[in-house]
Amino acid sequence: MKKSYKIEVDCANCANKMEEAAKKTAGVKDCVVNFMALKMNVEFEEGADPKAVMEDVLKNCKKVEDDCEIYL
Amino acid sequence: MNKKQKKMLVRIIIAAILMIALHFAYAFLGEDSVAEDGTVIREALVREPVWFFLYMIPYLVVGYDILKKAIKGILNRQVFDENFLMVVATIGAIAVALVEQNGDYTEAIAVMLFYQIGELFQSYAVGKSRRNISALMDIRPDYANIEKDGELEKVDPDEVPIDSIIVVKPGEKIPIDGIVVEGRTTLNTSALTGESVPRETDCGDEVISGCINMTGVIKVRTTKEFGESTVSKILDLVENSSSHKSHSEDFISKFARYYTPAVCGSALALAILPPLFLLITGGDPAFGTWVYRALTFLVISCPCALVISIPLTFFAGIGGAGNAGILVKGSNYLEALSRTRIVAFDKTGTMTKGVFEVNGIHHSGIDNAKLLEYAAHAECFSSHPIAKSIIRTYQEGVVWKTNEATGEAVPVPCEDKKMHRGEHRIMKERVTSVEEIGGNGVSAMVDGHRILVGNNKLMKAEGIEAMECRYVGTVVHVAVDGEYSGHILISDVIKPTAKEAVKGLHKAGVRRTVMLTGDAKSVADSVAADLGIDEVRSELLPADKVSAVEELLESKKEKEMLAFVGDGINDAPVLSRADIGIAMGALGSDAAIEAADIVLMDDDPAKIAKAIRISRRCMRIVYENIYFAIGIKLLCLGLGAVGIANMWMAIFADVGVMVLAVINAIRALFVKKV
Repeated sequence: MKKSYKIEVDCANCANKMEEAAKKTAGVKDCVVNFMALKMNVEFEEGADPKAVMEDVLKNCKKVEDDCEIYL
Repeated sequence: MNKKQKKMLVRIIIAAILMIALHFAYAFLGEDSVAEDGTVIREALVREPVWFFLYMIPYLVVGYDILKKAIKGILNRQVFDENFLMVVATIGAIAVALVEQNGDYTEAIAVMLFYQIGELFQSYAVGKSRRNISALMDIRPDYANIEKDGELEKVDPDEVPIDSIIVVKPGEKIPIDGIVVEGRTTLNTSALTGESVPRETDCGDEVISGCINMTGVIKVRTTKEFGESTVSKILDLVENSSSHKSHSEDFISKFARYYTPAVCGSALALAILPPLFLLITGGDPAFGTWVYRALTFLVISCPCALVISIPLTFFAGIGGAGNAGILVKGSNYLEALSRTRIVAFDKTGTMTKGVFEVNGIHHSGIDNAKLLEYAAHAECFSSHPIAKSIIRTYQEGVVWKTNEATGEAVPVPCEDKKMHRGEHRIMKERVTSVEEIGGNGVSAMVDGHRILVGNNKLMKAEGIEAMECRYVGTVVHVAVDGEYSGHILISDVIKPTAKEAVKGLHKAGVRRTVMLTGDAKSVADSVAADLGIDEVRSELLPADKVSAVEELLESKKEKEMLAFVGDGINDAPVLSRADIGIAMGALGSDAAIEAADIVLMDDDPAKIAKAIRISRRCMRIVYENIYFAIGIKLLCLGLGAVGIANMWMAIFADVGVMVLAVINAIRALFVKKV
């Protein structure tokens, strides 16, 4: 399943960091952060609960870049 | 500027004022004034470490968030980023100043200050272009008007079911695809197609969401849900477009990953190895100088210019192309398009209009218009496409220009086809005793004359000698009162811009153009010759087209790209097989939008060359930025290593390059004259 989220982040490199962090989160199959459109497209693993996974993603992103936001 | 940016600006200004004030204060109060003979006239009023603490105020004001981020980065084991570089460089510079007791903290603060100015500029520029591009694609309708009890009610387009009647007033966007059931108007399609020519719309015409209604109120019966409407599809495509990353972008993020640690390593080496070498050989190690040079190194090395400008260029390029009616599904396709050397087209609907039109009246014994009038009336009860095209041509009141030598007349191009509408009406009462003759034609009495309209066989059966036509197409012979009166040539019409388009492609560096068509060889060859297309494969079944494209793919050189252009109706497999699938005239064709990588919103083949030119320009800007940024950095690194460039120069090299690269990247947005 794929879902798209609006994000808020300041720099292109920070967006890359968010992408890396989201990819490493359990339940996330793939993730692409589009800095220019301020969007995060997440592909979830089969059977994963997007809501719970996205909360972890947000936590992990905050860890690497505290100045970021994902609008769930 | 948003709140964050304003706050940053205030911090920068405060820090700058404090820094300058301290700099002057230090000159007056911090140094002993010494006479020429070396005696101290007046001792410094304020001494270390007071200066250190005073200078720390502007440093922290401007850089506290960078410090925080750097510490966080270290804690999260993401050490090598630009925050870390800046912190190490500035703290290092402060440490050197402390050790040498020269009170020169200004440099460290200035580095932080300029770094923040650069960041502020970058975020401002990105935000600005982001807004620009979303304004270009501002086709999302906010509401739909539904009539309820004689009053209009604004509702969310999402909630309008199929087959509802919606009202669109002048100045509003058509929210959902549908058919006009009442009223006539002019539509502005420029947001979708990039064309500024308004489109006339009448009762019964299909309208596409995203167009702006300009003149009259219309009622539209919706044929799709909002989510399935053209406007939603396009928005979806645009919003997800830069998710496909190009090689250049991948290259840059990989480059940044190795580059930063590499520079940090060499900075460390620069700080330790030369003094060590000097120490061993018995010279003066001058640790301070080498540490300073290493710090300069760190400041220069920041890869921001690349990391920000490359994606920004692609983003701007895709946005600009969208504004010209060319939708690109990802920056990787933009990159591939710039390397296109072979273009294959479909014929019908791509290079030709795909509708049959009367293309000439030849050897007419009577007036051309009269001949057409008779033929149109004789055919007026028929629903055959050929009959229809004859009737339509008659109704449009086309003007004919005869070539006296050959006796062949061609239609004079006429801008406003509706000009004559109404003057040439089919009057069915003029027509009597119509008789279809077995698929070969029609016989009818028009104004008391016996008119025969049909093919060779019909003429032969009636004992009338028909003249052969030397052109390609469908020939309809006409006989009046048993006497041959010439023939009407009906053929698919080449689009007016098709020839230009092929020329434009060759000019844009395409070395081979190939036309793939299911049509007969004679038709295909004549069209190709007309347009200047290099190769033709004719009489292909849809499956043959795929194998033809595969053959072409095998024959091309490694780095070359093959683009296939089709109208998307039955080309989906070919579109997806080619390196780049370009669908044209795709407004309303869902299959095409889905299968293609690049969608031309109108059906102008000249846009193919334009798309290639836009991609070329975009890639040129990308490479300019890569070479420029890396070049300047390497130069400054070299100068820094031998001690020519100081930290001031370093920070200008970093921020200046970034600003220039960003400005250059935004150029990709402007594609009007490309």
